[in-house]
Amino acid sequence: MPRFLSLADAIAEYVHDGMSLALEGFTHLIPFAAGHEIIRQGRRDLTLIRMTPDLIYDQMIGTGCVRKLIFSWGGNPGVGSLHRLRDAVENGWPNPIELEEHSHAAMANAYHAGAAGLPCAIFRGYLGSDLVHHNPNIRSVTCPFTGEQLAAVPALRPDLAIIHAQRADREGNVLLEGIIGVQKEVVLAARQALVTVEEIVDDLRAPSVNSCILPHWTISAIAHAPHGAHPSYAQGYYGRDNAFYTAWDAIARDRESFNAWIDQHVRGRSA
Amino acid sequence: MTYTTQEMMAVAAARTLTNDDVCFVGIGAPSQACNLARLTHAPNITLIYESGTIGTRPDVLPLSIGDPELCETARCTVSVPEMFQYWLQGGRISVGFLGGAQLDKFGNINSSVIGSYAKPKVRLPGGGGAPEIASHCRQTYVVMAQSRRSFVEKVDFITSFGYGEGGDHRERLGLRTLGPTLVITDLCIMRPDPQTKELTVTALHPGVTREQVQANTGWQVRFAEMLETTPPPTDEELSVLRDLQARTARAHAQSKS
Repeated sequence: MPRFLSLADAIAEYVHDGMSLALEGFTHLIPFAAGHEIIRQGRRDLTLIRMTPDLIYDQMIGTGCVRKLIFSWGGNPGVGSLHRLRDAVENGWPNPIELEEHSHAAMANAYHAGAAGLPCAIFRGYLGSDLVHHNPNIRSVTCPFTGEQLAAVPALRPDLAIIHAQRADREGNVLLEGIIGVQKEVVLAARQALVTVEEIVDDLRAPSVNSCILPHWTISAIAHAPHGAHPSYAQGYYGRDNAFYTAWDAIARDRESFNAWIDQHVRGRSA
Repeated sequence: MTYTTQEMMAVAAARTLTNDDVCFVGIGAPSQACNLARLTHAPNITLIYESGTIGTRPDVLPLSIGDPELCETARCTVSVPEMFQYWLQGGRISVGFLGGAQLDKFGNINSSVIGSYAKPKVRLPGGGGAPEIASHCRQTYVVMAQSRRSFVEKVDFITSFGYGEGGDHRERLGLRTLGPTLVITDLCIMRPDPQTKELTVTALHPGVTREQVQANTGWQVRFAEMLETTPPPTDEELSVLRDLQARTARAHAQSKS
């Protein structure tokens, strides 16, 4: 059974400098509250893994938590660049970061392989793409039956997975619904898993016998974090704050306005 | 009705789609074109977004690839590994939409870096789903506003493979799909030459000259012998498009916090 902890205690206990960490959620259910707590606790040298770094990794990169990023699409969806990610890559601010870049298909397959206990993922991909020349972890294998050359990437096995979900029951079973992304895979691939939830309830109210439920014995710790995905969203609880995603472009474009925003909205200091 | 070149691009792209198409839709111009087709002549088109939503019918255009509207109006929503494994790699998609920062004359697309990869002048978002959309969809359509900066002789980086160096380069890599068979811009429509695979202008939008197309293209442009003129947008196409854009702007301006 997972431990029920406050968010601050959970991050203090499970997130350590230098570890590999995946905060997942494909547009939906992005664990922003957990990311903000990591920023407040000043963790350093993290290897962050995420298909779409999104605003949460832009914030963690801009506050100096990150040494390496493994990713497949690093933009602000529908808006433009992640300016903090760009500043780190182009100018080394606040520190240089190492990139390991993949395609979505590769990352999704690599989490799937991690969950399945395989050393690598094999799929048909990267054909003709220059990404293979810049990422030594993109290799190929020959199908023993047909002779076809297929792409291979190492399985993703983060030290810790953090996801946000709609609710957990008091035993610690977790229910997700809506766009479920790669969350089941990342929890089963990671060595430990921390889940933040909108609600802790007596009855999960699973909508179907086929609902996406992570049984309590797959999870290390649960923290109650209502509104913990904002400005991403939690289907059935609140919508995506598209106005904030749009506003982030101007906030993050400039180092000073970014620092001021972090101080006020994450660290809770007045400007 | 008078119309903008952006509206002409959206309408021209929408017209290429049919009720039988299963489209892998990207955010921005592709999403606008696909939903315009669905709201006009192709009500039964299947729209798929890489977040896992299959057969979605959003009332407003999504800002992101995974907006709530997409899931709420979908026939079903699957996980992201399933989306890339069964539906895309499995060969279920008839048309994939692509765009990027740069396109070259053989339909290769760069959405990764301007300059060198190790020391980029501009770090772009990257490939996301595009490298495998480019190889697994039966064919791909590119929707992109045209300029000398974006339509270049040679891309700085091939994120998504089109026809490579032209000719039979796709076949030599073992690709069995058709590649970028159609490029729709704000000025014209281009299709690959059947042999060389070099993009060739087959239709000009109304009022656009060959000189204008050349002035906005970084390579020596070829024009088809039988050069057509795109029919202008109809009043119905324009009013449906503008309603959709107005609904979308209203919805995205509302903060949910």
